[in-house]
Amino acid sequence: MTESTLPASLAEIRDDFLALEQRDRLEMLLEFSNELPELPARYQEHPDLFERVVECQSPVFIFVEVTDGVVHLFATAPKESPTTRGFASILVQGIDGLPVDEVLGIPDDFPNTIGLTEAVSPLRIRGMTAMLGRTKRQIRERLAA
Amino acid sequence: MTVETDPAEKFAGYAHPERLVSGDWLEAHLGEPGLVVVESDEDVLLYETGHIPGSVKIDWHTDLNDPVERDYVDGAGFAALLGGKGISRDDTVVIYGDKNNWWAAYALWVFTLFGHEDVRLLDGGRDKWIAEGRPITTDRPAPAPVDYPVVERRDEEIRAFKDDVLAHLGHPLIDVRSPEEYSGERTTAPAYPEEGALRAGHIPSAANVPWARAAAEDGTFKPVVELDAIYRGEAGLVDGEPVIAYCRIGERSSHTWFVLTHLLGFENVRNYDGSWTEWGSTVRVPIVRGAERGEVPAAR
Repeated sequence: MTESTLPASLAEIRDDFLALEQRDRLEMLLEFSNELPELPARYQEHPDLFERVVECQSPVFIFVEVTDGVVHLFATAPKESPTTRGFASILVQGIDGLPVDEVLGIPDDFPNTIGLTEAVSPLRIRGMTAMLGRTKRQIRERLAA
Repeated sequence: MTVETDPAEKFAGYAHPERLVSGDWLEAHLGEPGLVVVESDEDVLLYETGHIPGSVKIDWHTDLNDPVERDYVDGAGFAALLGGKGISRDDTVVIYGDKNNWWAAYALWVFTLFGHEDVRLLDGGRDKWIAEGRPITTDRPAPAPVDYPVVERRDEEIRAFKDDVLAHLGHPLIDVRSPEEYSGERTTAPAYPEEGALRAGHIPSAANVPWARAAAEDGTFKPVVELDAIYRGEAGLVDGEPVIAYCRIGERSSHTWFVLTHLLGFENVRNYDGSWTEWGSTVRVPIVRGAERGEVPAAR
């Protein structure tokens, strides 16, 4: 069941992680961390729009934009918190540009399925689960508005 | 073989100045035989972004915890971990990390459970080292594995279990969590994930001294007079009396354990690592809510 609702972009990321040894998975997470996209100019001056993911141990902020049924996810996290940045980057790169229905259909336990619970520890993974949950909630709020 | 201690004047007032080293000292001694530098962070990827040259990484979650039971690794696991990192039983180990050495102090406490004798903290930790422009590299050392002996963990001296805390009621307890967690407004540190305690508040009679009060602005430990005023003064700790410190999972209270034991010289300090995630979910243990310490309850 879960398999069928995971968007191809996120399934690919998951498969890439699972193909690696534990230690290399951390390296890949670090690559994601380094690749977290910069905010577009129109949002750089608007920290007020962003929501803090309080479940994360470091300051990470997200903002969701829905345009013509397509989701755009933006996130910021400090360089001193590479793990959290990596989680944000996975979601931004895997979700950005997907239709609303596909994002809402992402299994809530996706963060636990990408082979990082052992390398990173289950407690730390919770931050990513919270980011996904808040992203979906923001989408629902945009749709209701 | 152990390495000479740091004679820095700042450390002289502490009960055990040999437990701290400064950035100057560490930079001058890097690479010396018998010295191993260990980074231990909250963020599991921070080491990979850059670390002190030659240092090895030990992660609390993935290296020091038993992967199945809520406990630390056993003697064989610890021996395999340290031997694999090239650490010998008689090496001097200097641990440093992020967030005022929060997790570094936790690692030091676990090393102490196994009786590793010469283990020290880098005063100010990772942030201060970087802020001072000292060397950082992403090169990973490949230490030759050594034989670290299998030493059984000795929990009784510095580790308290729930029943020990119940038996200890009436003696000093230090709750090192935030005032919000202590009073019962919430069960987790502000901005930290919920970790599943079913009740909120604190252990009756515990004094609330948030762990980070022991650190100065730059992340170093405060001078001994200031620490003395906080712990002997405000919290009312008395030399010779046993003390138990706790927090949420035992990590912040390791930092306080270090301060009480090595900087202030208290001799009977235990860390209750079950802490609030155990106490706050345990059936029929006494809990006090609010900012007051509360009375010691009668035995049930």
